[in-house]
This record gives sequence, structure tokens and C-alpha cells, in this order.
Amino acid sequence: MNYGVILKVLGILLMLFSTSYMIPLVVSIYYEDGSSAAFAYSLVITMTLGACLWIPFSNKRADLRSRDGFLITVLFWIVLGVIGSLPFILSSTPHISVTDSIFESVSGLTTTGATVIEHIDELPISILFYRQMLQWLGGIGIVVIALAILPMLGIGGMQLYRAEVPGPVKDSKLTPRIGETAKALFFVYLILTLACAVAYKLAGMSAFDAIAHSFSTVSIGGFSTHDASMGFFLDNPDYNGNWILSVCIFFTVISGLNFGLHYVALFRRSVRHYLKDSEARVYLLILGSSAIFVTMGLLIAKQFEPSDTLLQGVFHTVSIMTTSGFTASNLGTWPEHIAFFLLFLSFFGACAASTGGGIKIGRMIILARQTLREITRLIHPSAVVPIKVGNRPVDARIADAIWGFFGAYLIVFYAMVLVLLASGLDFVTAWSAVSATLNNLGPGLGEVVNNYASIPDFSKWVLCFSMILGRLELFTLIVLFVPMFWQK
Amino acid sequence: MKIVILGAGQVGSTLATNLANEANDVTLIDSREDLLTELRDRLDIQTVCGWGSHPEVLEQAGIEDADMLVAVTNQDETNMVACQIAHSLYRTPHKIARIRSSGYTNDRIRDKLFSPEHLPVDVTITPEQLVTDHLVQLIHQPGALQVMDFADNQVQLVAVKAQPDAPMAGSQIKDLVSRLGKVKTRVAAIYRHNRPIMAEGDTRIESGDEVFFLASKKHIRNVISELANKEKPYRRIVIAGGGNIGFRLAQALEYDYQVKLIEMDPKRCEYLAERLHKTIVLNGSSSDQELLKEESIESVDVFLALTNNDAANIISSMLAKRLKAGKVITLINNPVYVDLMQSSGDIDIAVAPSQITTSALLSFVRRGDTVKVHSLRRGAAEAMEIVAHGDSKSSKVVGRRINEVKLPHGATIGGIVRNVDNKQKVLMGHGDLVIEDEDHLIIFVADKEHIRKIEQLFSVSVSFF
Repeated sequence: MNYGVILKVLGILLMLFSTSYMIPLVVSIYYEDGSSAAFAYSLVITMTLGACLWIPFSNKRADLRSRDGFLITVLFWIVLGVIGSLPFILSSTPHISVTDSIFESVSGLTTTGATVIEHIDELPISILFYRQMLQWLGGIGIVVIALAILPMLGIGGMQLYRAEVPGPVKDSKLTPRIGETAKALFFVYLILTLACAVAYKLAGMSAFDAIAHSFSTVSIGGFSTHDASMGFFLDNPDYNGNWILSVCIFFTVISGLNFGLHYVALFRRSVRHYLKDSEARVYLLILGSSAIFVTMGLLIAKQFEPSDTLLQGVFHTVSIMTTSGFTASNLGTWPEHIAFFLLFLSFFGACAASTGGGIKIGRMIILARQTLREITRLIHPSAVVPIKVGNRPVDARIADAIWGFFGAYLIVFYAMVLVLLASGLDFVTAWSAVSATLNNLGPGLGEVVNNYASIPDFSKWVLCFSMILGRLELFTLIVLFVPMFWQK
Repeated sequence: MKIVILGAGQVGSTLATNLANEANDVTLIDSREDLLTELRDRLDIQTVCGWGSHPEVLEQAGIEDADMLVAVTNQDETNMVACQIAHSLYRTPHKIARIRSSGYTNDRIRDKLFSPEHLPVDVTITPEQLVTDHLVQLIHQPGALQVMDFADNQVQLVAVKAQPDAPMAGSQIKDLVSRLGKVKTRVAAIYRHNRPIMAEGDTRIESGDEVFFLASKKHIRNVISELANKEKPYRRIVIAGGGNIGFRLAQALEYDYQVKLIEMDPKRCEYLAERLHKTIVLNGSSSDQELLKEESIESVDVFLALTNNDAANIISSMLAKRLKAGKVITLINNPVYVDLMQSSGDIDIAVAPSQITTSALLSFVRRGDTVKVHSLRRGAAEAMEIVAHGDSKSSKVVGRRINEVKLPHGATIGGIVRNVDNKQKVLMGHGDLVIEDEDHLIIFVADKEHIRKIEQLFSVSVSFF
């Protein structure tokens, strides 16, 4: 383990991150909302800390191995999660504890979108902006990590998903160099965000809300600048809520697709490959059929006026399955079977290498194929049945990795539910809170249907851990707890 | 004609046999002396031992004044290089290469690659593909023993075995024609007890007869149902042997039929299963009774044994037949076995790959106006498509009625494909039909000895110029 180099990388990372405080700082000064000091202090503290880590090791050079890669990736989220909480701690509004600040910051960076803050509408504008920005930064971090770094580490069969991008980019990386891949993905991400912001503005949002929500939409985060989330625009007669929700649905669906596909679309001017990609096809199919199911359920339960039901049904299906977590009505009042169905959908999540969370559609496809294979084998005992995705055989090694991932997901999930039950939460709250954090969804049911303010501190720490676990595809973090990892 | 053949394997030796018998100067090149010795003893050909693509070896074989090079070794690359060398160094006019890998012959690159300025191959031939196409046609036309395409697949010559309980068994040919009414057909030949008999209007069709008839593609089904039992279209197919042919056939059929493919080698099974999308690939021996039973062989419509081992194919076919498989088709390379099996009745159709390949090659090798050749009945008979040229003065056929044309014994004009207003029209070969310039005639020749005479008949006399 090259601790020196790891600390150096971390130092650089912190210094880079500290510069991002400048944007909310400018926002704060411009709107004179009284939070500028918090951002200025955060900037100085982070910059100093980064420099302290960087200076002693600045001359150190060594090649990083895959073990270092695990450590850096994990530290990246943990350190930024902690450091990112500084503005919440230092600012006078919101007046929240250190635990809550870190929860909020981790929830932002992991694009979960679970909040502990009540009365969001009353927060200073710069803090609101900062929350959205955290999600946006987290989102690009995930895409780059998912497409450029996790395949190198070979986590949970993630090497699979580049295989399906058609044409000359079917290699494991989009461009030959990780740096170039990251840049290209950042560009795609930027374009999507810009398009989303413009669309929100055209749909009637204020410029600030449009930018803020574009950040959390494209990153599939789910933070909003309003307590009622997207419901604010639906209930407020000043806005055309239908348009705004439709824009949200559209861009959430897009962001839930593999960013490698967007890259191909942008640089090779092709749209057909979206439908050629079997993961994208299954994703859209599940989204579509679930939306129909939810809408029918809502109609039968007479939850909404018939005219509103379709929009509500589609919006929540998209928002929750992709693990975005925007809401437009109180899920707590919904029929229980539909609410649980939606949370269940969040386990499927979005496509691999998107900003969404969950187990990912691609993995689910392979699990389903293996189940079908077992059935075929029962009927034809001598049959040779390879697992195929999009008519392309999948390496047995990848299928194994995915089963391992699935098993770990279940174990981790139930372990966390047990811990939360022990911490004093009721079953619905515990179950839904773990689903919502492990899948990086956001809102749960029961006590955590709107926010996580009321649950005990211990539970919040557990959920922070859960969010990072989910975001890092479990194994990246779990591997650090194995003694073998630390042995030379 | 002077022809150099590269490769003395199955394809090369069968071709050499055919061509030598047709009075061509054949030189055969191969790197295996033993193969050549055997053929040299049997045939009137010249042989050269050496690496086929080496210029020295080609020169030794007399490539300089050869009219044609036929490169049919089992290596695509050798064949292509030989054609290139023949073209660049010796200006050989016609070059045919056997290309097995679909990597070279897929539609996207084929036309770009094989052209005089790039890879100068006039005709590429893929035996596995030809055999596969042949098998696909047999499966598409239930009841047929052999299906041959003519005139860009507009007309087919079909061989069928008359069944005792078929509607037309025991009745005369003219009854068949009148019964079918609008469906135009012509019986080109009948084989009874393996001997050809003249097919006149009053000839009776007896059960067990092998009837060759000509009809346009869409009518084949109607005619078959009159002569054989009305067979339902096939649905369930089992292929034994996942070699090149088995794989290609499964690929061609898997979307229209329920296909199961049995292969011995586990590695090959994986390869096949990864590339076939609907076929069920089974690992095991095709002569394993338990495996066949488990896969309910009794409800299978067609069982095809397609390994490259004749004996294994025959055994598994006989087993499948015993286990009540519907129709059994067997690939047999050795011509002796073909006769043996076909007459024994244990298998329904024996397919000889070398004969199919030779038919295709012969179409290219024959000089003049012969467009297409199908070798029939183990090479004894032939069906050919030939173009008539000239006028009543210069030609011995144009401007005459069919029954005026002096065809050798055993040859019948089955039909004519005529270009009328830029549309291909199929006319059945009735005696009073007048042959015109540019007509494509489909002729059935019961005795191959007469091929030369027919070709002479169609040659245009000098006074034409």
C-alpha cells in the first residue's frame, strides 16, 4: 500500500474540492443571505487540510495498484462526505448537529437525496444551492468511477457493460485512456445538465430553481429546494406543474441510461444504439410496464383525481425506480401495496454506469437469464446453455461476480434492517430507510417518508454507512474490512 | 479445356473425376503424394506433388496455358493466394476458389474483395454453404428427395418418391397434369428400380417410383402432395453433429423451426451455444439412445445426421429411424455407402456433399451457354439449364418446336424460362412449344454420356457470323 501517494492524491482532491465552495460563496455574497462566512471558512479549512496532506508527499511518485484504487475510491467518498458537511456545521441556518450535517452531506454526495432538514424553503439560498451542487458533483463522480475505475477493479461484474456499446467502442473503455474517458463523460454530463436546466426554465421554473433542480435531476439525486419537492410546483398555481414534472420525468429517464450510450450518441451522432442495447431496452420496458401497473393501482384506489393519476403514477415510478427520489405527493398516504412496490422497484435501479443506484438493470438481466437457464436445464439435462445478453455470451466469471454481488446485497440489506430495528425504529421505517439509502433513493416510508430528522443519531450513522455502501457497489467498501486486504 | 485443380481432397478428386470423364485436360496438385498416386492410377489425369500456391509448382502443372484454375484445398488463404499468383504471373483467364470462412464471404465485403483489381477470384465456392442450402430446401419442401433451383430460383426440379397411398399413385402422367389444372408441371423423368423409363403422357406412376418433375417454386407443394403423402410442414428438427454444416443449418433454420443440435465435444457445444440464439444445443452422442429418447425423438419431424463420419451418421440415422423419428436425412461422403443406404430403405434421403459441390463447380467449368448444372443420381444423370442462341438458320434448336429438336435418348426438355417484357416467364416443355432466341431451357439428361451432344446441339453454327 502506498500510503504516501494515497495521502497525496487525497490532498489534491481536497484542494480541488475546496475551490467548489467558491460558487456558493459567490451566490451567498450576491444574495446577501448571511452564509458567506460559513463558505469562506470551509474553503480555508479544506484548502489548508488538503495542502497539509499534499505538501509532505508532493514529490512522492509510485504506481497505484488495484488495492490502492479501492482505498482511494472509498476515502474519496468518506472524506468528502465529512468535509462537505462543514458549511452545514458552520452556518447558523440550518441549525443542525454535526451528525445531521454529515448525513446531509453524505446523502448529497452519494446522490441519495435523503434529508434531515425540515423547512427547506426557509434555508439561505447559498445553502440550498450548495446541497444541489453536492449532488451534481457526486453524480459525475459516480459516472466516472462506474465507467472508468470500477471496471478496472472488477467490482460485481461491472466490466460487462461496455461490451454492449456497438461499433468501434466496444472495448472496456470508451477511449483508450481513463483521463480521456473521464473528460468525455464529464462533457456528456455537462451537456445533459445544461439541457435539463434550459428545459426547466422553459417549463416555467425560476432561473435559480431550474439550475438547482437540473443538478439533482441529472445526478439522479432528488434534493429539492422545497419541502414538498416537485409537489411544490404542482400545488402552486403560479407554475404549470404538468410541464415541469414531464421535464423531470424525461431527464430522469435519460440520466438513468448508461452514460457510455450517451457518449456514443453525442460523438457518433447515432440514436439507434439505445434500442440495440439490451439493458436500455429492458430498463425502458420495466419502467413502462411498472408505470402502467402503478397508474392502474392508483386509479382503482381512487388516490387522485382521474386526470392527475397518469402523471402521478408515471412520475413516481420513474423517480423511485431510477432512485432519484423526487416526490410530488405524500407517499405515506398512498395504498401500501403500491408504495412497497415502488420501493421494491428501487432495487432494480437504473442502468449500469448511470447516475442511478440500486442493483442495476444489467445485473438483474443476468440473474434472470441464469434463472431461465436452470429451468431449461431441468427440461433438457444435456443442454449447453450459455448466459447471453443481447445475443452476446457473458463470461462465467462475470456471472459469478454478479451472484456474489446479489448475495452480498441481500446480506447487507438484512443486517442493516436488523441493526435499525435494534436502534428502536419500527419495521416499516427500518425496511424502507435501508432500501432508500442502500439503493441511494432518498425518501422512505413510515417515519422517514418526508425527512430523516426524527430518527436517532445512531440510526443516521448506520444509514450514512448504508448510502456509501450502496454508492460504492458494496464490494469496494466491504473489501476494506477483510484482513487479507491489509496484509502485504 | 485445360484445367488445373489445387487440392486432391473430397471436392478436388470428385471434380477431377467428373472433368476428366468429360474429356478435359486435368492437372491435379496436392502436397500429399499418396492421394495423388491413388487418383493417377484411377483417372486419366496429370498430377503434381507440391505446395499449391508456389509459382514453381503451378508452372510445373502447366498453369501458363491453362484455361482455368480451381483452387479447392481446405485452406482459404492458400486458395486465394494461388488465384492471385495465377492472375498476376500467368494471366489465367478463369479462377475459382473454395472459401470456407464466412469471414471472407459475407455480403458486406465479398464484392469489394473478390474483384480483378484486388483479389482476382472469379467465383468463390463454399461447399459447406452449398450443402446447407441443399438441406434447407429439403426441409422447406417436405416430401422431396432433392430440390434443384433453375433460372434464378424461379423454377425447381424436384425428385419425389411416389407413395402407395398418394392420390396419383397408379395413374397416368396426363391425369396428373389435368388434375392439377392451373398448376403447371411437367414430369421430366421417372426412375423405376433405379432405371430410367420414358415419361410419356400415358406412362403410369407406380408407387416406389422416383419422379422428377419441374414446376415453379410456389407450386411445388401442390405437386408433391399429389405424388407423395400430404406431408405437413416440418416443425421439430434434430441435427446430429455441430460441425460446419450442422452449425450453418441450425443458423438457417432456428428462427422458423424448433431446432435441437447434438454435439459430442463439450468445447464445441459452448461455441455453438454462444452463437446460436434459439437452438437448443445438447452435449452428447447422437447414437445415445437415452439422449434421443429424453429429447422425444419420436415426435421429431426430421432427423439430420451431419457429422463428418459416414459410419457414425449411418448408425445414428438408423437408430433415429428405429426410434420413430419422422424423416431421416444423412450426410454420406463415400459414394458406395450412398448407393447402399439409399437402396436399403433405412434412411429416407442420403446427401452426398461432394456431388453438390461438384454440381456447382460444373456450372462454372462448362463452357458456352450452360448456366446451371445439377448432378443427379450419384452423377449418372444431370439436369442442366442452357441458353439457346441464334435463329432458325444458325441454330439447331431456335425456331423449332420441342418435339422437332433431335435430343439424344433419355434427354427431356422440362421447361423454358423466357424473358417476356422484362419479366421471367416459365413455360412447361410441351411438344408444340417453339423455342426462341435467348430462351433458357431446362433439360433433364438421364445419361451423362450425352451431355456433349446436347452442348453441340446448342452451339451456333459458323454461318451465323
